Amino acid sequence: MKDGSLAALVALGAFHGLNPGMGWLFAVARGLQERSRALVLQSLPAIAAGHAASVGVVAVLVSLTRSVVATQAVAIAGGAVLVGFGLWRLLSRRHFRWVGMRLSLWQLAGWSFLMSSVHGAGLMLLPVLASGPAPRHGHRLGHLSASGDALSAGVFVTGVHTLAMFAVAGAIAVAVYEIVGLAVLRRAWIDLDRVWAVALVGAGAVTLLTA
Amino acid sequence: MALWKPDPTFYASPRDAAEAPPEKLAYVAAFDRAAETPDAIAVLDVDPGSASYGDVVGWTELPNLGDELHHFGWNACSSALCPYAPHPHVERRYLIVPGLRSSRIYVFDTKDDPTAPALVKTVEADELAKRSGYSRPHTVHCGPEGLYVTALGGADGEEGPGGIALLDHTSFDVLGRWEVDRGPQYLAYDAWWHIAHDVLVSSEWGTPSMIEDGVVGELLLGRRYGHALHFWDLRKRRHVQTVDLGDEHQMALELRPAHDPTKQYGFAGVVVSVEDLSASVWLWHRDRHRDRDGGGGWAATKVITIPAEPADASALPPVIAPFGAVPPLVTDIDLSVDDRWLYVSCWGTGELKRYDVSDPFAPVEAGSVRIGGIVARTPHPAAPGVPLAGGPQMVEVSRDGRRVYVTNSLYGAWDDQFYPDGVGAWMAKLDSGPDGFAFDERFFPHGDAFRGRRPHQTRLQGGDASSDSYCYP
Repeated sequence: MKDGSLAALVALGAFHGLNPGMGWLFAVARGLQERSRALVLQSLPAIAAGHAASVGVVAVLVSLTRSVVATQAVAIAGGAVLVGFGLWRLLSRRHFRWVGMRLSLWQLAGWSFLMSSVHGAGLMLLPVLASGPAPRHGHRLGHLSASGDALSAGVFVTGVHTLAMFAVAGAIAVAVYEIVGLAVLRRAWIDLDRVWAVALVGAGAVTLLTA
Repeated sequence: MALWKPDPTFYASPRDAAEAPPEKLAYVAAFDRAAETPDAIAVLDVDPGSASYGDVVGWTELPNLGDELHHFGWNACSSALCPYAPHPHVERRYLIVPGLRSSRIYVFDTKDDPTAPALVKTVEADELAKRSGYSRPHTVHCGPEGLYVTALGGADGEEGPGGIALLDHTSFDVLGRWEVDRGPQYLAYDAWWHIAHDVLVSSEWGTPSMIEDGVVGELLLGRRYGHALHFWDLRKRRHVQTVDLGDEHQMALELRPAHDPTKQYGFAGVVVSVEDLSASVWLWHRDRHRDRDGGGGWAATKVITIPAEPADASALPPVIAPFGAVPPLVTDIDLSVDDRWLYVSCWGTGELKRYDVSDPFAPVEAGSVRIGGIVARTPHPAAPGVPLAGGPQMVEVSRDGRRVYVTNSLYGAWDDQFYPDGVGAWMAKLDSGPDGFAFDERFFPHGDAFRGRRPHQTRLQGGDASSDSYCYP
């Protein structure tokens, strides 16, 4: 993996972590409800796990596909999906619907998985996933080894991304819970979903252009 | 277009909301009992610094006759900040206004000219019926997954069961009936929730035939009007528990849960006891004993009783003349955003009471004003020579808790029974603080100000004490 790609992965992770809708706000709410910092801290790994699962599915799927299909085809198809998905996110006025504050940690992880998935969190990594060197073909062991490489690449991407997301979300959650307070939401919560949608379109365009 | 920052009228917590700036406009539903002219949304100037303070400065009429506007609500509120489905970049700009008699639901846009709400959508009665199975829409609350609209009647001429219809947040289309398992609830009226506990509470009045031509004496004395509270799993949409207040307590109407999302209690007003004509306010709360027995864990305790006032039968309308007393008729209550003050309307005796409910189990009366009333006809201090019919009815409290607005009409057919010589039309404002609770003598729109209509619910620009729910303490 190139340094640039690694930096991009970390940056995207931080961007996802920053978004209140991706979970740190839920962690803070759970803590405030019970007046318990421990509950804030407990909630964060569950949220990160759900996010990782959502991103991981895409990362592994793309990596595996690249090991059997021409990388250019993957990039073009992926880029097109990304642009379309981003435009839909940008133009649609629908928002994620869910009811329920009293969740177990498992349910919280499930919530995070759904939230990340409908926002296309994994898709946003496509430029990074599609830009790596193509898995080796014509190898004596053929697909088996190639898919093994692809799998570990997918896991690596997911891991780095989620770690960055977790670190940023965790830092914000603790800072808001302990120091800043939620009044900051009124001033600082810009519509990241729209920024996000633009980012998706941009990521798709980059993928298409570099394919 | 959505906003880049959260709508400035959304507050994460009730503590923050209590710091909100004072409202400048109030929206009041006004209806023509005779159904000869259209009902209207009246816009009142409530900015004390304005030259037209206390005047009706806007008036939007409906395109139909006989809707009987009653309660209404905003398209979006502070619950948009809730963490599980946040969407705080929507705007609080549309008023969702049901016609209780026509079963139409109107949507008004208040953004372009706040003093001239513009009608942008009408949901016809047959669409509400077809999609949700309900009629007679009443209370509107903005929830995280849509707009919850309670409805008193069933569809296609069916009396019931009443329930809750869910409306889409953005298109305002009727999505369907909210309940998955409605349990035993048949009569419907109000509903609200403990949003951070996934609990919904609902109350009971009566079916269309029980209310639309006035209160039916036989049904009342037969204890057939609603007298129970219902508790629901808000997430699973399932009925969990019925708490019966006792069938002598007829008509359990307005529900005011604590705004503090860590708390699980609230107040419900009961109109009348058929045993002694008193009215009461009940506190619902978690009951640890019941919880252990697996009973669902909710209980209700009567915390306020307001007795009837003896009166000469000749001074009473026929509906209550045989009893020789005026029932207080608690028809609305409202809880301040800081959960400290509870306001109780006694529409029969013409009194608005204020209670300190810092300890919700032990309310302490902390102020009372008299205005109107079946017998008393107390005038407003701004017009001491004008006896007033009707009494304090719909009561609304500003977010900072300092101003209380009250209107005088209950419900067309019932106004006519209890005030047969005419209920009139008036609205009053009270200033409420730690050291006092008194009329604002500069604010008294009445009579022709409402152009022959009767004023009902008030909604304050930016939100009020009964419009928003909060997910953070």
